[in-house]
Amino acid sequence: MSIDAELEMDLSRNAPVPALEVRGLVKHYPGVKALDGVDLVVHQHEVLGLAGENGAGKSTLLKALVGLVRPDAGEIYVRGEQVRLRSVVDAAHHGIGMVFQEQSLVPNLTAAENIVLGSEGVGVRGGVYRWDAMRRMAQEQLDKIGSSIDPLARTDSLSFAERQMVEIAKVLRIEERSRFAPVIILDEPTSVLEPSEIETLFEQVRRLREFASVVFVSHRLDEVLDVCDRVSVLRGGRSAGEVATAGAVPAELHRMMIGSTGSEDHYHDNVAERTHDSDQEAVPRLSVRGLSSATFRDVDLDVGEGEIVAVVGVHGSGREDLCRALFGATETAAGSVVLDGKPLDLSGTRSACAAGVGYVPAERKTEGMVGPMSVADNMTLTKQGVRCRGPLVVPTKQASLVDSWIKRLSIRTPHRGTAIQRLSGGNQQKVVLARWLVGGDIRLLLLDHPTRGLDIGARSEVYRLMRELANSGVATVLLADSLEEAIGMADRIVVMNDGRITAEVGCPAGRKPTPLDLVKEMV
Amino acid sequence: MTSPAEDSREVVTAPPRPRRGVSLREAGPPVALVAIFAVFAALSSQFRTVGNIQNILDAAAVLAVVACGITFVLMMGSIDLSAAGVMATSALAVALLVENNRNDNDLGLIGIVLAVLLAAALGALSGLLLVLLKVPSFMTTLGVSAIGLGLATLMFAGVQPNISDAGLESWAVDRLLGFTYLTWIAAGCVLVGWLIQRYTRLGRYAYAIGGAEEVLALSGVKVAPYKVAVFTLAGAFYGLGGVMVTSQLGAGLVQAGKGYDFLAITAAVVGGTLLTGGRGGVLHTTVGVLLIVVLTNGLVQVGVSPYWQGGVQGLIVVAAVAAAVVPLRHRNQVVK
Repeated sequence: MSIDAELEMDLSRNAPVPALEVRGLVKHYPGVKALDGVDLVVHQHEVLGLAGENGAGKSTLLKALVGLVRPDAGEIYVRGEQVRLRSVVDAAHHGIGMVFQEQSLVPNLTAAENIVLGSEGVGVRGGVYRWDAMRRMAQEQLDKIGSSIDPLARTDSLSFAERQMVEIAKVLRIEERSRFAPVIILDEPTSVLEPSEIETLFEQVRRLREFASVVFVSHRLDEVLDVCDRVSVLRGGRSAGEVATAGAVPAELHRMMIGSTGSEDHYHDNVAERTHDSDQEAVPRLSVRGLSSATFRDVDLDVGEGEIVAVVGVHGSGREDLCRALFGATETAAGSVVLDGKPLDLSGTRSACAAGVGYVPAERKTEGMVGPMSVADNMTLTKQGVRCRGPLVVPTKQASLVDSWIKRLSIRTPHRGTAIQRLSGGNQQKVVLARWLVGGDIRLLLLDHPTRGLDIGARSEVYRLMRELANSGVATVLLADSLEEAIGMADRIVVMNDGRITAEVGCPAGRKPTPLDLVKEMV
Repeated sequence: MTSPAEDSREVVTAPPRPRRGVSLREAGPPVALVAIFAVFAALSSQFRTVGNIQNILDAAAVLAVVACGITFVLMMGSIDLSAAGVMATSALAVALLVENNRNDNDLGLIGIVLAVLLAAALGALSGLLLVLLKVPSFMTTLGVSAIGLGLATLMFAGVQPNISDAGLESWAVDRLLGFTYLTWIAAGCVLVGWLIQRYTRLGRYAYAIGGAEEVLALSGVKVAPYKVAVFTLAGAFYGLGGVMVTSQLGAGLVQAGKGYDFLAITAAVVGGTLLTGGRGGVLHTTVGVLLIVVLTNGLVQVGVSPYWQGGVQGLIVVAAVAAAVVPLRHRNQVVK
């Protein structure tokens, strides 16, 4: 044994080995550096909070810890031993389990089956189900979190919060599966829970600490400070530092999460360029009154000409559905929407398009673009008229129009005939945006996470484009990727909570609120 | 999985699913079956006789067995078009293995078992092609159907094998409590199918694969073996169906399974099994089978012109399926 190794052994005898340690983790995606040398230590019997803005690399890091993402460089140590995690199962064998933010339950199975899925043990003998045994096994897990869910209920008959509890019960089974003290990762576990359920969950987290380590991710900083022993902050794919929670305040964390980058240059917010001052006296371009649907209620919202209004809210706030409803893409139950003095027909997307409403969906790859189709065809998808004479496509008409927009938005593509899926994310998004501009009749833009998955440079270009459009009079409703983005881009911020608009915060250039001001309104 | 850098992806809370829709969908096909039965019974005195009801169930036997097999495939969200070819192979195989006029074989029950195993092997082939070559089941099963028809044609070799095995011949003729043995075999198959679906890992996983396959993978379940097993199981059911047809015809014919492939899918869908998987089951499918057979029989009994029957049957089937999906509809739904 080398002296170094002995020394290490010695050290480990004095200070207990961390349950989980990450050193210099790097992960690149095309065009994005998701992780740029992250270090993380999770001690035994510790609840570690993980905080960071959207795009800071939290999700990628967590996925790497459960074997869903293979890092390009860096090491992961479990109880001092270097491991290479190949799959979720592999991670489970090392005692690492995760409650996924996007729920990972099979909807048409019972809760019990979901809890024991993949390791049924005595619940299945020789391929034959022992429903009784399975129910008992599941009940055991549910009892741990004090849940009264019927284990034999079909999962899709449970509420969202109940399903979250099932998910937690499922991951707790790792206690029995692993010989070691497990590391349990909870990714935004509270976002859809009721306060009483959150309290139960916190009790569980504290109970878990007795025999396990917990990594707790939440965007609610007060929660993080409440339940965690220590918080690690990620920023831009790097570790930005850590804070012991005793005595810490949310503002301190926030400063670490945001760093000092929140410059107005990034958002091209230059008052001098504004042609349309936020003129509240004039008739608003968009006027929503009492709009309701299955997921939001009594929404009143005005957006003026050239105004950017950001709608912020936690998961389940209903803001995505509001955005889609304004485009006629989901059904509404009641309410009226007026665009430039004319009632807007919400019965379908076609009428919205015709009225000059444009929508950029969050899921660019599946909803925003037709991957194998060319840049040109994607750009003229909605406004077929711009490239047609009668029913026929006129190639020359399309070519000159598309080329002019490629130039105007500086879209980097080899050719207008290139399949859009071969472009980088930022350029794809510019094509998606251009789709609403080629008709020349855009009045209202609904942007659902327009910068999701884009790197800083591409984001900045999208911001500039948004700003230009606003300056030309287009009204914009923005669902921002982060609070920082909402504050940077918006003239006004509307907070949605549980399907209702609960607050409105002015956000003019030069007098921007802090993220903390908004967080207060959100919870 | 999600694409990179989608940190803290927003989860849109699904609106609470209306329970009413679920129960409606579950209750729809049985209610339709009773309603159609009542209408025909009211219209035709011929229809409501005990003898006719026996006829209906006897006529449903083969379709019930084939549809039972196909249900497991559909539950996974795959599709199986191989029934016709697999049934042809097993029909010819059994005809040549039991006592017949072409050779000296007289294996009796063993011959039947061998024919079913051969069919199961063809099913396994479909499944293996699916998981190993990643070819969609639509194409693999279409190919396997052609292979099955080819094998059957080779075995047929221009001379029709007529069976003289007393046991197999009796299946279609002898009755127990008023029903032919074929009907009892079909009832047994439905029972076995239901038990598999309800009480075995194979059945539950088939259901789960149709519900959310990626979740199974995330939970450490190797999905591929279960897929192959389901196709194998389905093949065995088709094989038994082929044997049953041979019993009815008294001879092994290449056309033994003709039409059963699409009829079985229709029965499953009419019964409430979704082609996208994850919903329905053997009992649903059995109701669908009875619906189709009652419809066919009833249209004859009430004297609908044979020229009209095909079209009317199609219309009713489309109407039934449309009614079944009403509670599932939503705006901008993508239907392919």
